[in-house]
Amino acid sequence: MANFTPVSALIGGALIGLSASLLLWFTGRIAGVSGIMHGALRERGTWRWLFIAGLAGGAGAWLWLAPPAFVPRSGFPLPLVLLAGVLVGFGTAQSGGCTSGHGVCGISRLSVRSIAATLTFMIAGMASVFVVRHLFGVAS
Amino acid sequence: MRHATARNASALAAGLLFGLGLAVSQMVNPEKVLGFLDVAGNWDPSLALVMGGAVGAAMLAFRFVLKRKQPLFDGEFHLPRLTKVDLRLLVGSAIFGVGWGIGGYCPGPGIAALSAGSVEALVFVAGMALGSFLYRRLGAPRS
Repeated sequence: MANFTPVSALIGGALIGLSASLLLWFTGRIAGVSGIMHGALRERGTWRWLFIAGLAGGAGAWLWLAPPAFVPRSGFPLPLVLLAGVLVGFGTAQSGGCTSGHGVCGISRLSVRSIAATLTFMIAGMASVFVVRHLFGVAS
Repeated sequence: MRHATARNASALAAGLLFGLGLAVSQMVNPEKVLGFLDVAGNWDPSLALVMGGAVGAAMLAFRFVLKRKQPLFDGEFHLPRLTKVDLRLLVGSAIFGVGWGIGGYCPGPGIAALSAGSVEALVFVAGMALGSFLYRRLGAPRS
């Protein structure tokens, strides 16, 4: 637990919850990043691309303003990252949500479907890390 | 201001706030995420508090927002219509979870990490677009 950062985690989490609340209040949309991304690729709605641009811009502003900046991981096998991306893209399209759509917004709406999805991807993620890190010994 | 413009401005503002939250909480760092998922290693519970903070804030605010007849800049709320827990949902979530555990990125942090000039975030986001395309070609229900 040496890496535990409870304060920044809670503050950052609250900002994410605030963002989801404002999006729902102002536009009636769920702040689910995978849903917004799949929608942007499919139907090219302007608001979706603006949300995505904001996502990168907001993170970039903080990383730029608040050193120690996050140093991108290097040396992790890129083919594995590509495989990870394909699985995440495919899986979230099939399940209709990710950590934000099902995890944050769905649980906040007490959706049983989203709670089931969140438990499933959490357990699958933990199993996946166990296999990749501890059985195959892949680390960054 | 026309409603379409207001919606676009709202989406940009919400995106900025969301990205800020991901950076402040360090979720843009895949090692931080893997530290949470690695329950057999040096476990880092931070991600649970990010989720807790986000759900706490949203649960409180959604109660008031969803009592309104409509959002400020749109005629209706666009809420998910599906409520059923079925195999499609669980298998899709499991596929997502496996990918999440391999790379340490879910969609939001993957896109946000682009801003740090991360090469692997670029590869990850390209992979997500490919996965989205593959699902539409192979996995989507035939109508």
